Amino acid sequence: MWIAYKTIVIRDVLRFSRIWVQTIFPPIITTTLYLLIFGGLMGERIGQMQGVDYMHYIIPGIILMTVITNSYSNTVMSFFLSKFNHSIEELLVSPVPYWIILLGYTSGGVVRGFVVGCCVLVTTSFFVEFEINDIGITFVTFLLTAILFSLAGFINAIYAKSFDDVTIVPTFILMPMTYLGGMFYSIDILPQFWQDVSKFNPIYYMVDSFRLGFLGVSTSDFWTSVSVLLIMIAILAIVAFYLLKKGVNIKT
Amino acid sequence: MQVALSIKNLQKIYANQLHALKGIDLQVEQGDFFALLGSNGAGKTTAIGIICGLLHKTHGSVKILGLDQDTHENEVKSLIGLMPQEFNFNFFEPVEEILINQAGFHGIKKSTAKARSDILLKKMELWDKRLDMAKSLSGGMKRRLMLARALIHQPKILILDEPTAGVDVEIRRSMWAYLKELNSEGMTIILTTHYLEEAESLCRNIAILNEGEVVEQTSMKKLLAKVSHQVLILESSSVLPKNITQEKFTCERLDDYSLQVVLEADTNITDVLQNLSNQGVSVDHVRSAQNRLETLFLCLTTKDD
Repeated sequence: MWIAYKTIVIRDVLRFSRIWVQTIFPPIITTTLYLLIFGGLMGERIGQMQGVDYMHYIIPGIILMTVITNSYSNTVMSFFLSKFNHSIEELLVSPVPYWIILLGYTSGGVVRGFVVGCCVLVTTSFFVEFEINDIGITFVTFLLTAILFSLAGFINAIYAKSFDDVTIVPTFILMPMTYLGGMFYSIDILPQFWQDVSKFNPIYYMVDSFRLGFLGVSTSDFWTSVSVLLIMIAILAIVAFYLLKKGVNIKT
Repeated sequence: MQVALSIKNLQKIYANQLHALKGIDLQVEQGDFFALLGSNGAGKTTAIGIICGLLHKTHGSVKILGLDQDTHENEVKSLIGLMPQEFNFNFFEPVEEILINQAGFHGIKKSTAKARSDILLKKMELWDKRLDMAKSLSGGMKRRLMLARALIHQPKILILDEPTAGVDVEIRRSMWAYLKELNSEGMTIILTTHYLEEAESLCRNIAILNEGEVVEQTSMKKLLAKVSHQVLILESSSVLPKNITQEKFTCERLDDYSLQVVLEADTNITDVLQNLSNQGVSVDHVRSAQNRLETLFLCLTTKDD
C-alpha cells in the first residue's frame, strides 16, 4: 500500500512540475503584483492593521491564498484529467484501496501547496524583511488548510463532467470566500453583523491562525481554528471517500 | 483443471435502462486461450469492465481463480491484467513511467518494476521510445504499450479487448506469436476481437455474445465442425472450358480463369480436383472464399427477418 501511495504522489508531483510555467510561476507573478500594489502603493496610506504595518500584515494572507488555490486546483485538475483521459482506470483495475487513492491525491495537493507557498515566501522576502513568529502554528495551519482544500478539490473533480465544472467552484465560491475571510484585513474593522457572518467562513479561521503563527496577532483562539479545520477535514474526507468508493461519475 | 474465470447470471442494466448483459454464464479454464466474440453492442466490453472492476454489475457473480470479486476485490484485481479497447493512459507521461507507475499501483518496488519494464519495452519494440511522451507514439505503438502495461504485474489472467485494432499486419503477427508464448507458459488469455481470423488461429475455446446473451460456448474445433459447407475459389492459368459438369458439388464459373466451388461437409477436395482434372481443368491455386468462423458468427448473431 505504501508503494502505491508513493507512486500516486510522485506521479502527481511530476505532473505539476513538468508544467511549472502553468503551476508554479503564475503565483510568483501574482504575489509580486499584490505586494507592489496593496503593500507598496496602498499600504503606506492604510498604515497599520492590528498594530502591524500593512505590508507585513498582508503577507500571511497572500501566502495562504496561494496555498488554498494551488492545493485545490492541483487536486481538482489532476483527478478530473485522469477521469477525462480515462487514466483513472489504471488505478481502478489495480489493488489500491480507495482510501489510498484519496490520500495520494490529497497529498499531491498538499505538496503543491507547500512548494508554491515556499516560492511565494521567498519572493516576499525580496520586498520586505520578516520573521516567522511561531513556526509550529504556521506549519500546522498551512498543513490543515492544504489538506482541507485538496479534499474539496477532489470532491469537485468527482462531480465535474466538463472543464467548466472545474472552474466554476473556484471562481464563484472559493475566491469570494477567500477575499471575505480577512485575507487583506482584520474582521475587527467590519460592522458587527459582518463580523458575525465572517465567523461562518472557514477561511477566516485559517487566515487568522496563519497570521498568529506568522505575526503573532489574531482575532480568534488558535485551538478554535484548529478544531474548525479538523471538523471540516473529517467531513470532507468522509464525503470524498464515500463518493470514490461508490464510483460516482467514475464507474457506471 | 482449475477454473480461471467463472461468471454466473451476470446482468448489467445501465442508468438509461439499456440491458447490456441479460444473465450470462461463462466458464474459462486455467491456461485456456478463450475468445469472447460478439458484434458491436453485444456486451463484450461491459462484461470485461465488470470482471476488471471498472463497472458495477447489476446482478450475478464473478469469480477469479475461485475468489469472489465481491469479497476479494483487491486480490482479484492483482490476478488480472487488462488491455482495454480505448487508450486509457496519460498521453503526457513518458512511456517507461507509465509502466513503472502501473507496477507501483500493484505494490511492486521500483527496482523490480524497472527491470520488468526494460524486458517488456524491448519485447514490444518500444525500447527506443521509452523516454518519449506517450502522445508521440503511433496507434500500433500505443496498443503495444497497453499490452506491456497489462503484463507489468505478471497477472495470471490476461484480458485483451480488441488488442490488434489498428495494428499493421507485421506487428499483429508478432503480437500473436508473443500471446501464444505467454499462453504456452500457462497464462490464461481471454480475447475479444473483430478479426475472426485472429480468434480462429489463437483461441481453443470460444463464447459468442449476442444482445447481452451467450448464444454459443464451446471449443473452437467443435464450432468450426458445424460449418456445413465451404466455398473455394479455384484458379487456373489456362482458360477454363465453358461447360464443366459435376455431380458431387456446386460449381460456378466466375470468369475465364476462376471457378467457385461449394463443398458440402461430406465432399472431399481430392474428388473435386480429380473430377476437374478429368475434364481438362488444371487448377493452379485454391483459396477459401470465406472465413469459416465468420460464417458461423454471422449465422449465430444475425436476426432472421
